[in-house]
Amino acid sequence: MMEGFNKHVGVALLTVLAVMLFPVSALIVSGADMEYSFDSPKVFSSEMFPCSACHAGMKADSTRRTLAYHTEIQLKGHGETRMWCFGCHNAGDRDKLKLAGGEKVDFMELHRLCGQCHENIYKHWRAGIHGKRTGYWDGPKRYFLCTFCHNPHSPRFKPLAPKPVPLRPTETLRGRK
Amino acid sequence: MKKDMTRRDFIKLSALGLGASLSACSETITWDDLFQKKFQEMKPDEIKRFLKKLEDRYSKKYGKTFTVKATPPQENVVFGYGLDLSRCIGCRRCVYACVGENNPSRDVQIHWIRVLRMKKGEFNLEKTEPYYDADKVPEDGYFYLPVQCQQCENPPCVKVCPVKATWKEPDGIVVIDYNWCIGCRTCMAACPYRARKFNWNDPVLPKDEINTDTHYLGNRPRMKGVVEKCTFCIQRSREGKYTACVEVCPVGARKFGNLLDPKSDIRYILDNFRVFRLKEDLNTESKFYYFFSLG
Repeated sequence: MMEGFNKHVGVALLTVLAVMLFPVSALIVSGADMEYSFDSPKVFSSEMFPCSACHAGMKADSTRRTLAYHTEIQLKGHGETRMWCFGCHNAGDRDKLKLAGGEKVDFMELHRLCGQCHENIYKHWRAGIHGKRTGYWDGPKRYFLCTFCHNPHSPRFKPLAPKPVPLRPTETLRGRK
Repeated sequence: MKKDMTRRDFIKLSALGLGASLSACSETITWDDLFQKKFQEMKPDEIKRFLKKLEDRYSKKYGKTFTVKATPPQENVVFGYGLDLSRCIGCRRCVYACVGENNPSRDVQIHWIRVLRMKKGEFNLEKTEPYYDADKVPEDGYFYLPVQCQQCENPPCVKVCPVKATWKEPDGIVVIDYNWCIGCRTCMAACPYRARKFNWNDPVLPKDEINTDTHYLGNRPRMKGVVEKCTFCIQRSREGKYTACVEVCPVGARKFGNLLDPKSDIRYILDNFRVFRLKEDLNTESKFYYFFSLG
C-alpha cells in the first residue's frame, strides 16, 4: 500500500516535472526513415505562457482595436487589413491555435497553420529546403518551426548587422610592413 | 683545413654537417619528415603512427590536446552543395563560422569564403564588391553571391599541380596534402573561382580560437608556404554532419547533401529549382549549385 502510494507520487512528480520542462525542450518526431526534432516556438519560453493564465476569465473580443495590453504586437506586412487575433488564435482555448476549418492545433504544430496559406513554402520546408537545418545530412536533423525565424505578426525577415569586412591585402601583416 | 681533401673525407664531413644541422632543428624537422611517404601511398598502420606524431606535435605547439583524423570517404557518397541566392542576405556569418571551424591564419588573414556583393539586375563577376561595409544587410538594390571552393568534378587545380599534392577524393572533395605541397601556387592561378589561399607567413592562430578536432586533409594547422581551401568541412561531413557554414546560416540559404541519394536535400534542389553553376563554360563541372527558391 505504502509502496503503491510512493509510486503514484513519483509518477505525479515526474509528470509535473515533464510539463514544466516541456516548454523549453524540443519535440522529437520520427519520420519515415529519419528522425527530426523541432525547436519549440518562442511563445513557450515567454513568461506570458500559458495564455490561459490571464485569458481564462476574459471574454473573447474579436473587434479590431488598438490593444491595451500586448502593445508589442503589430500586424505588419501580414494581412493587417484582413486578419485579426482569432484568425489564428483559438478563442475557446487560448493555449491553442486554430486552423481555418476550426481544428484546434497546438503551438508545436503551428507549421500546419502557416502552411494553410503558404503552401509552397510549407512544401519546401518539409523537404528541408526552406529554412535552416542543423545536425546530420544523413541522419537526425533539427528543424526550426516558422516562428523561430519569423515573427508571426510581422513575418518579414529583419535586416541583420553583417560580420566584419574582410581585410584588404594592403591591411594584412605583409601589407602593413 | 686539410690541404688535400679526398672525396671520401668530403662525404663524411657533409654527412656529419647534415646530421648536426638536423639535430639542431629537431624541434621542427626530423628524418621522418624528410623521407615521409606520400599520404595516399601510406599503409593504414603508417597513417596511424603518422597521425599520432602530428597530434603530439600540435598538442605541444599549441598547448591543447589535438585529434588528427583521416576519416575515409563513405561509399556511394558524392557531396554537393546548394546555395539559395533568393535568400542570402550577405551577413558573412558563414565566413566567420568557417574561420572558427577550420583554423585558417588570422594574420595574414585567410578566409575560405568570400561574399561578393552585386547590383541587382546585372551579373558581372568583374564588378563585384567583397569589402562592402553596411550597418544592416541586405542593402537595397544589391544581392550577394558567396564563393568558396566549388569542389569541381573536373578540377583545373588538380590538373596543374606539379607534385600531385592535391587531388579529388572518391566523395568528390578536392583535398590538399599540406606536407606534400611545395607552395608553387600554380593551382591558385588555375582556379577560376579564387578559392585557394596561400600561407604567406607562419599562420597566426589565437590559442583560444583553435578547433582541436581536425582532419589530416582538412583543418589541421597549416604551415608557412602551403596552399589551403574549403574542404566542405571534411572533418564534419565525412562523419555525417552538416558543414559549419550550413549550420550557421541564419536564413537557411545553405544546403548540403549526397548527390547520389535521390532523396537528399541537394537532389530536391536539382529537381525543383532554377539552378546554375559559376563559370559553367569552363567545363569545371562544379558541384556547387546556386539556386533560386523564389521566382
